[in-house]
This record gives sequence, structure tokens and C-alpha cells, in this order.
Amino acid sequence: MYKKLFLYSLIANFFFTNKIFAAESGGMPQLDPEFWISQIFWLVLTFGFLYIVLSKLILPKISANLELRKSQIQENIEAAEKQRESSEAKLKEFNGIILKSKIEAKNIFKDAREKVIKNINSKKEILDKQIDDEIKKAEIEIDTLRQSAPEKINKIAVVTSTEILKKLIGAEVNNSSISAIVDDLVKKNGDKYYGH
Amino acid sequence: MAANPMTQFEVYRIGPEIKVGAFDISFTNASLFMVISSLAILIIFNLGSKKNSILPNKIQLLAELSYSFVSKMISDTAGSKAKPYFSFIFSLFMFVLFCNMFGMIPYTFTVTSHIIVTFILAAFIFIGVTVIGFIKHGFGYLKLFVPSGVPIVLLPLIVVIEIISYLSRPISLSVRLFANMMAGHTMMKVFGGFVVSLGIVGGWLPLSFSVALTGLEILVAFLQAYVFAILTCIYLNDALNLHH
Repeated sequence: MYKKLFLYSLIANFFFTNKIFAAESGGMPQLDPEFWISQIFWLVLTFGFLYIVLSKLILPKISANLELRKSQIQENIEAAEKQRESSEAKLKEFNGIILKSKIEAKNIFKDAREKVIKNINSKKEILDKQIDDEIKKAEIEIDTLRQSAPEKINKIAVVTSTEILKKLIGAEVNNSSISAIVDDLVKKNGDKYYGH
Repeated sequence: MAANPMTQFEVYRIGPEIKVGAFDISFTNASLFMVISSLAILIIFNLGSKKNSILPNKIQLLAELSYSFVSKMISDTAGSKAKPYFSFIFSLFMFVLFCNMFGMIPYTFTVTSHIIVTFILAAFIFIGVTVIGFIKHGFGYLKLFVPSGVPIVLLPLIVVIEIISYLSRPISLSVRLFANMMAGHTMMKVFGGFVVSLGIVGGWLPLSFSVALTGLEILVAFLQAYVFAILTCIYLNDALNLHH
């Protein structure tokens, strides 16, 4: 069925194509001079009109528009450049201020620190001196105490010995002989007792 | 009628026959499309130049881009001396471009597919450029035919070749545009005819060709307008800046 249709259409095609090629014998209408004058006339008329209107009215306007836009854009660019420069200058100024204040803050901090350290040092010195004095005083006291200690001990020893002897013997013993004995003992073994 | 690919180029009268003396200047379909193209250009560029906003709308952008495109083309090829001729080259480029582009719409007439139209444009350019050359350089313009640095023996031959090439400028300029437009439209018509005749079975191949050709023809329509304009600039450059 389809094959038949295809064949028929092919045959029909040949029929039509024959017609096309048969009709192709008219030549070029362009070479027929019948309407040449008319075409020239209308070409000159339309193109002339087009040229005059374009050159006198429309193109100057477009050109002016373009120029105006160009100058406006240029102006805007210049203004933007100026503003950029001013903002850059301000930024620099701002940075300078920040730097200055930073240095100032550092100086203030340093001064304060030095002051505090000086204060602390001076107070410390005074305190040290006081402590030293106290220590010296205490040492002197200890020294005097230590130096007076053997005598006192000797005396105590002598008194104690006399008391003991009195109780043991029941008679007065000569103080001087006992103190001589204690002195003797101290001389012999004083180092052992006082640990110099 | 639709079968013949050349019938699309036929010129016929629209309205009454107008005669001035012996000349027939009747309004034809060719005239109609010249008028349509010119009016389209004027309307678009008028709308594009009406309002001047810093951020252009689409039509203003179109107008300004075309302006700077043509302006750059002229300054690149002919230098700054060609500025007074900007309006003419702009009109020329736009006219040819719009005629070509309107021709791409089915059932329209392509003005530039007629040798007489392109030849008149080319001849006007040729004469204009020659006149400009003689005004700017006097008889020194004839130095154009004598290239520098050519051996004396070869000079007569070169001069003859240069003169022939100069004189054939209007012909090459007009035939290039006319032949391109005519060939493209004929091809499209032929393939369109094949689509009809081969029908639903075999018509797909010429149809796809036709689609591809349409794209190509739109490119050619732009390209030929550009070539026409840029060759005008080059001829103008020869007349303005005599380098030989």
C-alpha cells in the first residue's frame, strides 16, 4: 500500500519537475529596459530624500546624542576620580591619626609603667632599709643577749650550787670558791655549752 | 507563474502609467520597495534619535550602534578626511541593507537585484569619487594610475591595467551586488519549487536546503551591503589620500 503510494508520488514528482524546467525560459527581467527609466527616477527620488533627511535632520541628532553621552560619561568619570582621590586623602589622614594616637597611647602607657615601677622601687627600697634596720637591731639585741648569757648562767650556776650545797651539807659555803670552780668549768667546757 | 524562479524579479506597474515626455516613470513594485526601505530607515532612525537618554533604549541603541559602526568603518578605511561624506555612505549602506533585507521577506521585491539600480548607485559613486579626486589633487590625481616602485619597462603595461581596473570599478561594484542578490533569490526560489514538486515524500531535503539558504541569504544581504559601503570608502580613500 505505502510502496504504491510512494511510487505514485515519485511519478507525480517527475511530472511536476518537468513542468518547472519547461517554464524556465523567460530570461532575465533585469535586462528588460522597459522600466529602467522609472527605476532610475524612483531611485534618485527615494535615495535623495533619504540622504537629505538623514544628513540634515537625523544624523546630526544622533551625533549630538553620542557626543553628549561621551562628555557626560567623561564628566562622571572625572568626578568619580576626584572623589576617589579625596577619599584616599581622607583615608591617609585617618590612618595618620590612628598611628599618632597609637604612639601616644603607647607613650602614656610607658610613662605610667615607669612611674609605677619607680614608685614600687622607691617604696621597696624604703621597706628594705626598714627591714634591714630591724634585722640589724634584732641582731645587736641577740648579740648582747648572747654575750650576757654566760655571765647570767654562771651566776645562776653559782647560786644554784650554793643552794644545793647548803641543803646537802647544811653549812654556808664560800661563794667565791664556787664561782672559781664554775669559772674553771666554763673555761674548760664553755665552748661545748654555748656553741660558738 | 510561481514555477519560474525569475518571475520574482519582474517589475510591474502599480497604479496608472505616468509619462514625462518620452520617459515612463510609473510607480512600480520596485519603486514601492524603494519607498518602503527609505521610510523604514527614516522611521527607525528618527525614533532612535528622538530621545536622548544616558541609558539608551533598544531603538536608540540600534541607531547609535549603526552610527558608530559606519563611522568606524569610514575612519578605518578612508581616514578622517572622509568625514564630510559620512552621511552619504551611511545612507548608502542603510539603503542597500534595507533593500536587501526587505527582499528576504517572502513575496517582496528585491530592489538591489536589478542591475540598473545597483549600476546607477555605482556609477554615481564612481563619478563622484573621480570628481572629488580631481578637485582635491587636480591632474595629480592621474598619478593614481602610475604606481610607485614599478620598473620603467613594465610601466606602460601597469598603467593600462590600472586604468582598466579603475574604469571597471562601477561595473564590478554594481554587478557584485546585483549578481549576489539575484543568484541567492533564484536559488531559494528553485529549492522552494522543488519542495512543492517533490511533495511530502521527497520535499524535506530541498526544504532543509531552503532553510539553510535563507540563513545564508540573510548573511549575504548584510555582507553585500557592507561590501558595497566599504568599497565606496576604499574608492573614496584613493581620491582623498593619494598614496601613489
